[in-house]
This record gives sequence, C-alpha cells and structure tokens, in this order.
Amino acid sequence: MNLTLRIWRQKGPEDKGRMVTYPVDDVSPDMSFLEMLDVLNERLILAGDDPVAFDHDCREGICGMCGLMINGDAHGPQRGTTACQLHMRQFKDGETIDIEPWRASAFPVVKDLVVNRSAFDRIIAAGGYVTAPTGSAPEAHSTPVAKANADAAFESAACIGCGACVAACPNGSGMLFTAAKLTQLSLLPQGQPERYTRVIGMVDAHDEAGFGGCTNAGECTPACPKGIPLNTIGRLNRDYLAATAKGANNTPGS
Amino acid sequence: MAVTGILLALFLIAHMLGNLKVFTGETSFDHYAHWLRDIGKPLLPGVWFLWILRTVLVVAVVAHIVAATVLARRARAARPVKYAHRKKVNGSYAARTMRWGGVIILLFVIYHLLDLTTGTLNPVGDASKPYGNVVADFAPERWYVTLFYTLAILAVGFHLRHGAFSAFRSLGQQTPRGERRARTAALVFAVLLCAGYLVVPFAVLTGLVS
Repeated sequence: MNLTLRIWRQKGPEDKGRMVTYPVDDVSPDMSFLEMLDVLNERLILAGDDPVAFDHDCREGICGMCGLMINGDAHGPQRGTTACQLHMRQFKDGETIDIEPWRASAFPVVKDLVVNRSAFDRIIAAGGYVTAPTGSAPEAHSTPVAKANADAAFESAACIGCGACVAACPNGSGMLFTAAKLTQLSLLPQGQPERYTRVIGMVDAHDEAGFGGCTNAGECTPACPKGIPLNTIGRLNRDYLAATAKGANNTPGS
Repeated sequence: MAVTGILLALFLIAHMLGNLKVFTGETSFDHYAHWLRDIGKPLLPGVWFLWILRTVLVVAVVAHIVAATVLARRARAARPVKYAHRKKVNGSYAARTMRWGGVIILLFVIYHLLDLTTGTLNPVGDASKPYGNVVADFAPERWYVTLFYTLAILAVGFHLRHGAFSAFRSLGQQTPRGERRARTAALVFAVLLCAGYLVVPFAVLTGLVS
C-alpha cells in the first residue's frame, strides 16, 4: 500500500505546530497502525529527520497509552479498537490519512502526537480509590455482590483511561472517564464508605482540570475502545444529586 | 438546564392544549383566552396569576440561557486548538444543533410575542379578538409567516427530542433499558408536540378554521 500521511508536528509545548505531509510507500496491510508509524520513523531517522513522537506501550489494547485522532476518529475508523490494534487493512491504497493528537486544554501537547494526560490522574487522586483493610485477600463469599451490579461495575472497570472520550466529545468533557472510574466503585459494597465524597471530589477535579461540561451528546461511547456505555454518566449524575442533597458527609470515620 | 427545561416543556404542553381550543370555535376560543387573564380572580386581583406565570417563565428562560452559555463557553475553553480533520459528530442531528437551535427558538419566541401577545406585528392585532388574530396571521397570502412558524416549531421539536432525553439523564436516569425508554419518550413527546402546534396554522391555511 502507498499512503499519504498528514501528521501534526509540534516541537514542544510552546511551539505553534502544523500539519506536515509524508508519503509512505510499501505499507503492508497486515501492519498495525503504530507499526506503520514505526516504519515512517525509521525512514525519517535514516534521512536525518526528527522522528514523529507518539505514545504507545503494550500494543495489545489494554494499557491506554496510545491515542491518535485518525481522520477525525479517535483511535481510527474501527469501533472498539485502540490505535495499536488497528490494522492498515482498514485503509485503502492511495488514501490520505490525517493524524492529530487529542485536542483538549486539559491535555496539553508535549510533542507531536504526545499529550499530557495527568489531568486524569488528578481525577483519580480525588476519589478513585476505596479504603480497604490490608492483609491477605478476604474470602470471596464474605461480601455478596448482586450479579447485575458486578457486571455493570466490570463494564466500567474496563476503562483504560486513554482519553478518547475527551478527544471525541464536542464539549471536550471527560465525563465518561470520570463516570467509569466512579461507578466501578460506587456499584460495589467496598465502594460505599466514600461513595458521596468521591463523586463530589472527582467531579470537582474534572472541572478544575479544564474539561468541558457534559451535554449528553453521546459522542464518547462510539469512540471508546472499551465501549463504556453512555448510561454510566447517568449513574454519576444520580450519585452527584444524592451527594449534594445529603450534604455528602460520609467521609470515613465521620 | 434540566429543571428549567422541564418547566418550559410543561408550559409548551399547556400552551398547545390551549391552542387546540381553536377547533371549538371562535366564542369558545376567545372565552378561553380571556379566562387566562382571570385565573385565580376571586383570590388574586386582575391579571396577577398571569403575571406570576410570566415571571416564572422568564426566570426559567433566562436561567436556561445562562446555563447553556456557561456550557458553551466551557466547551470552547476546553478545546482551544480545533481539529484539522473532524467528521460531523456521530450523534443525532438534534444533539448537534442544540445551541443554534436554541438561538433560533429565542428569536422566534420574541417574534411570536410581538405577533400574538402584543399584536404589534399582527395584521389585526386586536387583543380582544384572539381568534381573529390567529386566522389573520396564517391566512394563505401570508404563507411566509406559516413557513417561518413551521420551521420554528420543527426547531422546537428537535430541541425537545435531545433536551427531554438529556433532562432525564441529568436527573439520574441510569440503566440501559431506561435509556431506550427515555429516548423513545423524548421522540414521541417531540413529535406529538410538533403535530399539536402545526395543526393550527395548517387548519387556517386549508380553511378548516376561518
């Protein structure tokens, strides 16, 4: 396959950045998208150019490091797939492919296609944990969990924190991520002690990070490589309403 | 957004039911319109109830617009650099046109008040004869008024289709099955409301009401 890539190049956070065109010949349709970028980078290095910086780690779709806006789709055209698991057979010979970083003020560009997603870490730090006694693993049967709750919590826990929801959202909102990280805990008995302080803390951290507000536009779920359902945000809303109505005084020990 | 939107949607239902009284004839419609000014009369003097209702509606409209502006400004600040290549969003046409649709609806409401409340832009504009005002408004030779009215009502319909679902979600609708129900309910509500509002001008246009 012969392709034309238009890639966002930005030397550093202060650089203005621009789209640069690179012709890439002899691409195998069996390559992953990131392998295709590796090939481009090898050729750029041989030619003495600066290789394109992009995030990646496990390359098996579970670490959440990779994230590219490919032709206007977060993680590319294939649903439920991260950019690293996307194969070049999804594209046509001779196609022009636009590659951009996630665009959000909360995700500043570090270099080229690499963005700083520590805003997500701050949301997690504000409440994405449970207080649990340390020691050996407890007997599994000692805390019964309803099957429906276990399934829904597991669905939320599949979030890999890649940021595709923010990238796809017309409002630049990180509500799907926040809701996933919140409901994986609030649906389980272990998450109850901090349930209402958690939701206030995490939503505040989300807003402080500079993400936009959710308008239920529904762009995030189709972009999510793990298919986190949109109704997860409804669970967050319900907890938030309950927390604000109750005054949210369920801090552990209070 | 949700709470003020629900208040306004409730008003739209009452307003539509009132409009449909046009089919009961001139006397009955005019009587209904005059009664609106007298609700609560023994208890409240004159048009007090009407003004209380108007105040609630204005507060709801202003709060709705303020909340929408805050969301729009946050959205703009959250993405300072735009995508060079961005498809039209996947979501519904209704969800994507909420902001501009809202502006169009506001402009229509201003026109509508000048037309049928104050009578300034109405060819008859006689406050004591609401039935005559309506019939004169949608007369066949004023087809452009009917066209604008139809487009505005369709904009309201789209706004409600996403707005009603979004209000349920904001107020804590949380299950996948409930989401399907909420979306269906929002669609049915929007279609019924559009039909209820559009039947009046088209009845005048076709001579059913004259």
